[in-house]
Amino acid sequence: MSTHQVMTEKPMVSTDSYQVVHSKSGVFYSEYERKTDLKHQTHYCPGCGHGVIHKLVAEALDDLQVKDHTILVSPVGCSVFAYYYFDVGNVQVAHGRAPAAATGLKRACPDKLVVAYQGDGDLAAIGTAEIVHAANRGEKITVFFVNNAIYGMTGGQMAPTTLVGQRSTTSPWGRRPVNEGFPLHMCEMLASLEAPVYIERVALCDNKNIMRARRAIRKALELQRGGAGFTFVEILSPCPTIWGKDPIEARRWVGEKMVPSFPLNVFRDRKVEIPNNNVPPHKTVAELVEGEGKAGAHVALPHRQHLFHDLGIKIAGFGGQGVLLLGQLLAEMGMREGLEVSWLPSYGPEMRSGSAHCHVCLSKERVGSPLVSRPNVLIAMNEFSLHKFASQVVPGGLIIYSLGHLPEDFSAPQAQVVCIPAAEIADKLGSAKVANVVVMGALLEETECLSPGTAMQVLETKVKNPNLLEMDRKALDAGRVYIDHTVAVGAVTQADGFAQ
Amino acid sequence: MRQLCKGNVAVIKGAMLAGCGAYYGYPITPASEIAEAAALYLPEYGGTFVQAESETASINMVYGASCAGVRVMTASSGPGLSLMQEGISYLAGAELPCVIVDVMRGGPGLGNIAPEQSDYFAMVKGGGHGNYRNLVVAPASVQEMADLTILAFELADKYRNPAIVLTDGFVGQMMEPLDLEFREIVAPEKPWAVKGTGETRKNMVSSIYLESDDLEEHQRRMEAKYIRAQQMETRSEEYCTSDAELVVVGFGIVSRILRSAVDEARKQGIKVGLFRPITLWPFPSQELAETALRAQRVLVVELSNGQMLEDVRLALDGKRPIEFYGRVGGNVPSIEELVAKIEEHVTAAV
Repeated sequence: MSTHQVMTEKPMVSTDSYQVVHSKSGVFYSEYERKTDLKHQTHYCPGCGHGVIHKLVAEALDDLQVKDHTILVSPVGCSVFAYYYFDVGNVQVAHGRAPAAATGLKRACPDKLVVAYQGDGDLAAIGTAEIVHAANRGEKITVFFVNNAIYGMTGGQMAPTTLVGQRSTTSPWGRRPVNEGFPLHMCEMLASLEAPVYIERVALCDNKNIMRARRAIRKALELQRGGAGFTFVEILSPCPTIWGKDPIEARRWVGEKMVPSFPLNVFRDRKVEIPNNNVPPHKTVAELVEGEGKAGAHVALPHRQHLFHDLGIKIAGFGGQGVLLLGQLLAEMGMREGLEVSWLPSYGPEMRSGSAHCHVCLSKERVGSPLVSRPNVLIAMNEFSLHKFASQVVPGGLIIYSLGHLPEDFSAPQAQVVCIPAAEIADKLGSAKVANVVVMGALLEETECLSPGTAMQVLETKVKNPNLLEMDRKALDAGRVYIDHTVAVGAVTQADGFAQ
Repeated sequence: MRQLCKGNVAVIKGAMLAGCGAYYGYPITPASEIAEAAALYLPEYGGTFVQAESETASINMVYGASCAGVRVMTASSGPGLSLMQEGISYLAGAELPCVIVDVMRGGPGLGNIAPEQSDYFAMVKGGGHGNYRNLVVAPASVQEMADLTILAFELADKYRNPAIVLTDGFVGQMMEPLDLEFREIVAPEKPWAVKGTGETRKNMVSSIYLESDDLEEHQRRMEAKYIRAQQMETRSEEYCTSDAELVVVGFGIVSRILRSAVDEARKQGIKVGLFRPITLWPFPSQELAETALRAQRVLVVELSNGQMLEDVRLALDGKRPIEFYGRVGGNVPSIEELVAKIEEHVTAAV
């Protein structure tokens, strides 16, 4: 039966009681210049819901007088060319990503209306994550979700909203939940979130419901104009071409088949009070960029005469021993003494008690490799690190072992070895946490590579708590005193520039 | 003002200086500190930070912000960049500027989080669908993480194209002195942007060109700007190349180790020099060819199975023998290892 026959077989509705007005919203272009041909009509099929929805959206934008304040995000699907028609700011985006792009747009233009227009494949299949998270963040955008239970543009494949039993080119025997699952109910899903302010499902099944859709569309846009949060309207919409029905049958099918599966309802209509506890901008880029550097600049340090040209230090131990921090402090000190420095950590999944090490380079020239494969100094904060890295130390180098004495089976004939029971010393000072600073004291006393005065200056800028700072000062001193009073163990082949 | 700064943090410090207005991203080791720094700093001066639900969402948020004319960026590491490829292709197709940082880690798949340079093909040669190029810069120090991020923003706007800061876990994680001084940024005019205003209402951002002729014309226009970039934007650095018999080529962290290896080898009287591409696309082919043709042979070192190697081969067009040494899996060669390789190639030549 052809469409024409259907039209003529039915009695014409009397127009006595009202007047038919053919008009086009001012939010539509007068001519669709972006189309290549037939610039006076849309590319949508006769009876397609998109035409109706476009009209409702355009009229609402017109009535709200926001033509100059609106950005429309066109999706991928039959409405990919929505920008052909709407005389507003237009952006076309990748399949399913409209809510993400709309997020970027709305955050950039918070006082403008950002409207995403998406179909069911776009929104409920490939873009499920984007819509759920945009809704959950309460992005102040409006999303019009056109659900016609099928993929239109690609020629009738199954959609996430295809009804159980409904045939499509990729569910040729009808959608079977055992294979394809059940239709996805987006409104219900989104209504489980806290942030959205308005969620409604409407249907283009008859004039009464089209008027409901008109009100819902208008309300969503009005809410956005008023600065409310996330607004979402799902519109059950006919696709006569792919469904293989004439426009009137298709419209009827929406009411008879889709509505029972997708109940029409206002799922959310409430103002959501989300406290704005964002701290307002209060700093300049200059302050942020110069940051700590500015603070450090107050410390004017006379450039010391360093007795080395390059010094590579490797520090190794357990995570939680302050291995990485010790390296950072040394690098900071070197920088403040006018040296070129680098600090390179071993990095891994965050965990306590894992193995940690870092490399510090101090140099009078631009640092080449920040990787210290042959350290001048190894600071081993546990036995494992001592065994693992001792052989890498250069001949005449130094090993500082942060325990009272060396393991019996250990030997490193090429290097000088100094033992310091750092944890015990730190414990006596009141906190095992400052063991790394005790070790630093030992390093500075043993090698004179950097000045203890610089160490205190750096600690003063890093440690805000005066009690902890005092503890650090004591730890630094204790490390130095211990070395002063203790005889080094092992070979004593001094490298250039190393204090005896 | 000199400050000790982490490479990843320096990216954001540079971005702030470049007038970055928004950051959209998803955490991943070893790039997470970039998102953390953005989250900390950007809102303090009125910028936007949003942690997205995925890298796919991040890059599309970047797309949206870029449509509105904002200087915008994201950062990730290999697996995240794989997810972003779709969006990067759209950005390139729609001629939208943005900055994307890839702090490379070991791959393929989940691989590991140690440094590799194995995203070279994906970032330099494309990776997404269609005919497009990324502008790619490769920092080798913390200072350059900031400086080249600024450059990336400038190039992105100049060519209306995504610009990639391609670096690795070591450069991202290490700390070095950083010298930055605030200077006013003159925000470039973006008359094409869509801002929801009367003046920009006529604008449309899209990568669709339905008619074959239109799409061809669009691509020809893109090609023309890529040729312009190739003529104008190559950057490289050389070290001890004037009398070099062997030229070693490496970018990023490898160039640092090579620099030390060159110093060591020179102590032994080996005439070796370093060529470091700073832009990977456009690749400094001409500069490299001039340098390499003064020498006898070339050694390429990468943390990959030989990806930049192909561009070196194209640049030299068979005129010099090229050897390759690569470490992968997160292994980084030591200075001694590279000195040995240098010796080997010099000896082979004798």
